[in-house]
Amino acid sequence: MFKDSLFDPAGPVSAATRDLFFDSVGLMLIVVAPVFLLVGFVLWRYRAGTGAAYKPHWAGSRAVEIGIWFMPVVIVVALWFIVWNRTHALDPYKPIASGLPPLVVQAVALDWQWLFIYPDENVAAVNRLVFPVGRPLTIELTSDTVMNSLSIPALGGQIYAMAGMETQLNLLADRPGVYDGRNTMFSGDGFSAQTFAAEAVDVSGFQSFLAQARASGDALDAAGFETLSTPTIAGPVRLYSTVEPKLFHTIMAAHGSMPEMAPAANHAEHAP
Amino acid sequence: MNPDLLFGKLTLDALPFYSPIAAGGAATIVLGGVAVVGLITWLKAWTYLWTEWFTSTDHKKLGIMYVILALVMLLRGFVDALMMRAQQAIAMGNEGYLTPDHFQQVFSSHGTIMIFFMGMPFLFGIMNYVVPLQLGARDVAFPLLNAIGLWLTAAGAALVMASLVIGVFSTGGWTGYPPYTELSYSPTVGVDYWIMALLIAGTGTTLSAINFIVTIYKMRAPGMGLMQMPLFCWTALCASLLAVFALPGLTVAGGLLALDRYLGMHFFTNDGGGNVMNYANLFWIFGHPEVYILILPAFGVFSTVIPTFSQKRLFGYNVLVYATMCIAVLSFTVWLHHFFTMGADANVNAFFGIMTAVIAVPTGVKVYDWILTMYRGRLRFDTPMLWSIAFILTFVIGGMTGVILSIPPLDYVFHNTLFLIAHFHNMLIPGMLFGLFAGYAYWFPKAFGFPLDETWGRRAFWFWVVGFYLAFMPLYVLGFMGAVRRMTYYDQPEWQVYFIIAAIGALSVLLGIVSQIIQLVVSIRNRAQTANLAGDHWGGQTLEWSTSSPPPEYNFAVLPTVCTLDAFQVAKDMGTPHLWPERYEPLEVPRNTMVGLVFGALAFLLGFATVWHIWWLAGLAIIGIVGITIARSFATETTRIIPASEIALTELRWKQAILAQQGDAQ
Repeated sequence: MFKDSLFDPAGPVSAATRDLFFDSVGLMLIVVAPVFLLVGFVLWRYRAGTGAAYKPHWAGSRAVEIGIWFMPVVIVVALWFIVWNRTHALDPYKPIASGLPPLVVQAVALDWQWLFIYPDENVAAVNRLVFPVGRPLTIELTSDTVMNSLSIPALGGQIYAMAGMETQLNLLADRPGVYDGRNTMFSGDGFSAQTFAAEAVDVSGFQSFLAQARASGDALDAAGFETLSTPTIAGPVRLYSTVEPKLFHTIMAAHGSMPEMAPAANHAEHAP
Repeated sequence: MNPDLLFGKLTLDALPFYSPIAAGGAATIVLGGVAVVGLITWLKAWTYLWTEWFTSTDHKKLGIMYVILALVMLLRGFVDALMMRAQQAIAMGNEGYLTPDHFQQVFSSHGTIMIFFMGMPFLFGIMNYVVPLQLGARDVAFPLLNAIGLWLTAAGAALVMASLVIGVFSTGGWTGYPPYTELSYSPTVGVDYWIMALLIAGTGTTLSAINFIVTIYKMRAPGMGLMQMPLFCWTALCASLLAVFALPGLTVAGGLLALDRYLGMHFFTNDGGGNVMNYANLFWIFGHPEVYILILPAFGVFSTVIPTFSQKRLFGYNVLVYATMCIAVLSFTVWLHHFFTMGADANVNAFFGIMTAVIAVPTGVKVYDWILTMYRGRLRFDTPMLWSIAFILTFVIGGMTGVILSIPPLDYVFHNTLFLIAHFHNMLIPGMLFGLFAGYAYWFPKAFGFPLDETWGRRAFWFWVVGFYLAFMPLYVLGFMGAVRRMTYYDQPEWQVYFIIAAIGALSVLLGIVSQIIQLVVSIRNRAQTANLAGDHWGGQTLEWSTSSPPPEYNFAVLPTVCTLDAFQVAKDMGTPHLWPERYEPLEVPRNTMVGLVFGALAFLLGFATVWHIWWLAGLAIIGIVGITIARSFATETTRIIPASEIALTELRWKQAILAQQGDAQ
């Protein structure tokens, strides 16, 4: 039932996130489990009419109070270390260590589709993200419309895509498969169908995807993008054989907060 | 005359004939309104309502009207919830019975209503009723301001209801994130309704909050130090302080969004230098403290109910006060955890994750304090106590999932999923709503002199609790499976069974609400047998139980002198719960005034006119608001005197009731 979810991770990021989930739940149960046991015990033992001990004026005890502050503090301090370390280890911006250079894909959120540009391969795909298994994937995100958020639960977490800004998400699939990807941030009428297939394939599969795209004969130029960016609900998968140079940055600049500035150099990047 | 000048954007197209379901909803509202008006006319109750209620500045009556508003809006918000559960239970591989546009209006109005027009009025109603009585005060510091607060909140709620009949409501969710809510993506009046409702109600809430702060600081009974205040008053103080400091965030965010929409500015637009994340920051600087505004007073209710039904003092009063203040301060330090996924760097996210985990400490301490209050008590399980126990057990689950969401890498996965939805319902339903229900059952006999029916109360309780678990535990599972919030439809067959279970849960909650309505009817019908003026229905510990039920208009004929916590309990232990003076002094109480109601009506007109760009009407409404403010400042006869003889008679009647009760007991 949890196929290709956090509990069935398809990559190191989601596997580490799953471990973090169980670590934190286990830690919290130290404080939470006694609550259930104590409530059950107290409700049964001290219900009216049993003749159990009754101390109506007992309203404080230094030792007990120190105890009930001490335990949550210890747990939360332990959580601080976990939060600090794992937040840095699982930073979506952090490149994933690997012998292979990452595949860079530029994702553009549209109403209500996803455009994936492969800048180094100079091809593009819509509503379909194909990438090689075992090789890090660096997704650069922006939006040509309202705020979106790109998520592939089998692989890891999500990051917002915002107009005029560039964000980044690093993932890696360590087993081949077709995983669900979607926009998770409500964006309007076509939101419910704004999904895409994230396909982790072997090297030859990736090469044949590139060949298929190049054979499509469609060019993603300014006019092509204009057509593509008109609101579309549950649009088809499309492939483009060529992409206008720097299209991603042109889209960002179209929503640039300071039009006179060069797009990528200034506001576009978030934290390194 | 040019119709645009006269009617602005308002045309006949604004009527909801775009879908039969929307038209049905509008017809229900209109017919319901007509039925209520007809019933009042038939009962010839207009004069009574006007003189006793609508123009009242008595904090007790205002409190009751707040709660009535909240209960009406609870019904509306719950119908929205049922519609959503039905839609998602059906819409697997098909589009369901609602269009995306309609479904989006439903989830937006559900969230907006439940937070701003159900939760806020409910808790401000209970605070209004209880705080002055617990302080041993005769009224709040500013009775007229109190009335204005109520009627502004009602005006906001009326705008949301009006959007159902005339025009549309926002589709942008209760958070109203731009740029989706900017004109380029949401050109209809829906977002304008949302902004105006929140701005007007927010103004009312701010005024009420200032009123409570002053009341608590300045109007405590002689001798009552801050650390001798009942814990509920502490939580009311914290919630009011939070409201005063947090609401400007919402007002500014909503106001700037309105400037974008009305005057073509670019605060949050995609172009012209706008930045959506500024909105997100402003909204959540308000939004996170708002959660504690809603939950802290409910903690106060539990801290009152649990000792009473344990027949024992509250454990760790000082600790609970400090924990409450800690939570209030810390609530301003965590807002960024609502958007860990915006791409901030790991240091920023880790800092806010750590700050969020810190809040779990005082909250955990409170839970243990409540358990220790029950320890070595004599527990009675009346409905207020049942709600409290269900709260403790359910709330800790929500607390756990909250800590999970506060860990940034886990939030990257669960953000925007149904796991998040399950989490915050898991906090707000047990944490806020069960507290409000506990307070409703606990103080009902105080307010009306007769208790609520226990049998139907227990039925309501079980339907609610079972319904809650059935409705929201499946959403946690769906969140693990990757289902996100706000989907009109989906195409994953394995999700559907969980949505169906959730819908069954919603039906159970429906039975709970029906039981509560029956409970109210049965209780009113049996009131002749159950009424008791004497006052101390539950064996309460705080001063509100030291007056008659219902209390007289002036609350206390003689102000109590307080030198300890749980003053009434101590007085009862000493055998002197009531002191009967030789003679009574005449008392000054505020006169009735229609200023509050007129303020609310003008604010509604201003909001409605602004939504539809009917500028002459908006101008008139503003002139009216300024005019009535000036006119009122010249009024000198704002109070009236209750003569000592009348007070002596009222007190004598109460004394006889107490003596009769003691006679029965012997």
